[in-house]
Amino acid sequence: MSGLEIDCEVVRGMLTRFIRNEVGKFGFERVVVGLSGGVDSSLSCFLGVEALGKEGVLAVLMPYKTSSPESTADARAVVQQLGIDSIEVDITPQIDVYFERFADADRMRRGNKMARERMTILYDLSMKHKALVQGTSNKTEFLLGYTTLWGDMACAINPIGDLYKSQVRQLATCLGVPERIVRKPPSADLWRGQTDEEEMGLTYEEVDRLLFMMIDERRPRAELERHFDPAFVAKVAGMVQASQYKRRLPVIAKISARSIDRDFRYSRDWGR
Amino acid sequence: MFRVGLAQMTPILGDVAANLALHRQWIERAREQKIDLLMFPELSLTGYHLRDLVPDVALKADSPALKELSQAAGEMSLVVGFVEESPSFRFHVSAAYLEAGHVIHTHRKVYLPTYGMFDEERYLDAGGRLRAFESRFGPSVMLICEDLWHPSLAYLAAHEGVFFLLCIADSPARGLSGASVDAAQVYERLCRVYAQFFQVWVIFVNRVGFEEGVNFWGGSMVVNPMGEVIARAPLMDEHLLVAEVDEGEIRRARIFAPLLASERLDLTLRELKRIVESPGSASDERT
Repeated sequence: MSGLEIDCEVVRGMLTRFIRNEVGKFGFERVVVGLSGGVDSSLSCFLGVEALGKEGVLAVLMPYKTSSPESTADARAVVQQLGIDSIEVDITPQIDVYFERFADADRMRRGNKMARERMTILYDLSMKHKALVQGTSNKTEFLLGYTTLWGDMACAINPIGDLYKSQVRQLATCLGVPERIVRKPPSADLWRGQTDEEEMGLTYEEVDRLLFMMIDERRPRAELERHFDPAFVAKVAGMVQASQYKRRLPVIAKISARSIDRDFRYSRDWGR
Repeated sequence: MFRVGLAQMTPILGDVAANLALHRQWIERAREQKIDLLMFPELSLTGYHLRDLVPDVALKADSPALKELSQAAGEMSLVVGFVEESPSFRFHVSAAYLEAGHVIHTHRKVYLPTYGMFDEERYLDAGGRLRAFESRFGPSVMLICEDLWHPSLAYLAAHEGVFFLLCIADSPARGLSGASVDAAQVYERLCRVYAQFFQVWVIFVNRVGFEEGVNFWGGSMVVNPMGEVIARAPLMDEHLLVAEVDEGEIRRARIFAPLLASERLDLTLRELKRIVESPGSASDERT
């Protein structure tokens, strides 16, 4: 599928300038990145270093006791390869003390809580280190809703949010992210042995091809069904629609003549 | 023969005073390079994603700010982009041609893109006319960004007798194409075709920088009347592109192939009139 292929040098050029520009114009010089050791957060760190230098990136490793030791090892390898500062915060105590009160919580609740706990740590450290939180979610996850609202989605800037997972892999390879990280099965690592593809019941390779045709090229349903199993098309279309709320700001009841974001419309970069 | 300078720059969103100061810096840089005509991109005095800021940043066409900028430029002529407030309180994306402390001409963007990522007509009013004007370099016309996507405007200008299409843009990247951004290839195609087939100089300046994650790709260029790109600025970075523009090239191109002289304007007009007056286009009427 040629449409998913990217020219790494063009995208690299755009994204490093994006980071410098969107960080710099708000008066910052650094970003803080939650680094799991997966390809998305590793790529985010690599791009941060290209844009801001190694002093410009603070990596934060936030494992829970069930997190895979290999992930943490991969994250440490990225820190070492890039020569960036890092902080490790084991989130086990704060998670466990909370769930002592809710011992019956299922793994979804636990996973979401961990993602949001990590968010509060990143924002706290962003204040301490005068650094913007740089996101690590990709376009596939956003579209499928495979994200925790206000958790891993939360950030000030996201350089990779318009790249599908397979494009993230291409760019990561170009930038020198270790091959082991690029190739390993993606995992939210919210419980032992979890993989994204198993949990969602699809492969990134196939869903990226479908999403590209559905979203980027806006091909009609009948055409998609000639290329993919109609049940798969229906499932993915359903996931995109059902998760739309995650991609919007909270809905505000309109009362006045000018309501935030409806008819009070200013760009984030107002005056920058 | 004159020296054109293209200020491939990044304005500050919604801060006219700061942008006027930026313009003065570019004017100083251009002065060192002995530029005769310095062109700034679309909305260079305001930035692009203005939304509700439109009325706050608008200037009247006779605004002292424009005249003062021209005075600061001394003998250098300028093209700047701004939001123009009309006497009846309409707001336009406009280009001003400034010379010797005067606003010589303004053009109001005719085609306001309002699709996909673009929202211009929600906040702004479309211009309703296209006029050539006499610059000190020769007959010229100004076009703004989406105006170039409609060949009718370049066609009209060519047949009004202009030598120079002065094109200013805030074109964002929205899709990749090989080792470039898609829009860069589209604009190069447009500029080269217009230059070659309307036998004019096409001078195109685009901004750079980001607004809200949107990347303006730069790639400003000067295209001679044979359709050759004789000067090209880099993608994505600020740059002052300088080129020598010789109107003798127009003569050469028109002797090589007298396309404008042989154009059947009467036929075009007749057929256009028929198309406009016939009820509905063929494809829309088909059931």
